[in-house]
Amino acid sequence: MANSMRDIKRRIRSFEKTKQITKAMEMVAASYLRRAQERAQAARPYADKLREVILHIADGTSDITHPMLEKREVNRTGYLVITSDRGLAGGYNSNLLRMLEKTLEERHASKEEYVIFVIGRKGVEYLTRRNYPVIDQMVGLSDRPVFADIKPIARKAVNYYAEEKFDELYLVYNKFINPIIQRPTAQRLLPLEPEKMDASSTQDHRMIEFEPSEKEVLAQILPRYAETLIFSAFLDAKASEFAAKMTAMGNATENANELIEKLRLQFNRARQAAITQEIAEVVGGANAI
Amino acid sequence: MRLEIVTPERTVYEKEEVQMIITHAAKGDIGILPNHAPLISPLDPTIVRVKLNDQLEEKIFVSGGFLEVRPDQVTILAEAAELPSEIDVERAKAAKERAEKRLKNKEKIDAVRAELALKRAMNRLKVTEI
Repeated sequence: MANSMRDIKRRIRSFEKTKQITKAMEMVAASYLRRAQERAQAARPYADKLREVILHIADGTSDITHPMLEKREVNRTGYLVITSDRGLAGGYNSNLLRMLEKTLEERHASKEEYVIFVIGRKGVEYLTRRNYPVIDQMVGLSDRPVFADIKPIARKAVNYYAEEKFDELYLVYNKFINPIIQRPTAQRLLPLEPEKMDASSTQDHRMIEFEPSEKEVLAQILPRYAETLIFSAFLDAKASEFAAKMTAMGNATENANELIEKLRLQFNRARQAAITQEIAEVVGGANAI
Repeated sequence: MRLEIVTPERTVYEKEEVQMIITHAAKGDIGILPNHAPLISPLDPTIVRVKLNDQLEEKIFVSGGFLEVRPDQVTILAEAAELPSEIDVERAKAAKERAEKRLKNKEKIDAVRAELALKRAMNRLKVTEI
């Protein structure tokens, strides 16, 4: 009996320690989440401004054409998947990857029909192990990413579209809804849909001069805009990651509490049983004499 | 006239009352006074000079992007923008040397990229000089 009491005690202590860690991780995730949300917020004006300029151009002239605005026949699809480098974030990565696999299965007959760009170690490991056509990957990104970190992979994805290596590009990531809910989404990035971008398109139709020409400005601005959207998605995914981590660690802490409570009860019962037995033995012994 | 310099990460610079903005646009140097005609132009890596009043002038490094001019508001959308105090001079110097080396032994490199890198480094250095 004394043996099992010591066992229980040891287990309680170990749970206490785990709890301390999960609690700390929860709080760290919470503070990173706040910062990630701020960053996602701070990135918005840039994307909005770019969109505004594109709309100005789209409004002013009806005959603008650019490959990034035009649907073409889809022979091949690109997917840019954003996962995290680290685990301990609940279903953050697994939900997303499951959704991706389902989408791929539904949409495509063979692996020839798509290529995948992956950000994040978890996604890289999962997808390469299962022999998905991963053509580019990026791991070890900072928790406080800057645009320059994302630019290489974003530029590559956008260039491949421009070079017609694939005919549409989807962003697959966990959209941040609120700190409790993150939704895995697959969102089409290219071709861009200017009609979908509207909302503010009625602003002003004054004549604007474009240097060197409308076409040139458009040709420069559209890839930048697409890259910016990828960056925004990444910031969003980062916020989701920390939110998921916070929830997961919060749950872990709660579970640890529950387990500790149960073990305490067990321990007390065992203690009482031991005392009772001892008394019984003493009484038994006294009676015998 | 209002000036805003915005990057994907944050708003770097924001001033309500600006007298004049001088920079280098697609067709050459440009000076923008209030009530300038609406204009949109891409920017190479360059320096933006902002005249706040007759004496005070500020300089900001911009690593390429777009310039949008409206009569009462100028917006610069840049991939990166730095005030002189934020520039890492040593890093810019190293980047300059690297780019020059690459341009010298011309094989197997993306000359356009190297040139842009050189432009960025040189403008970064220039903006810190004064």
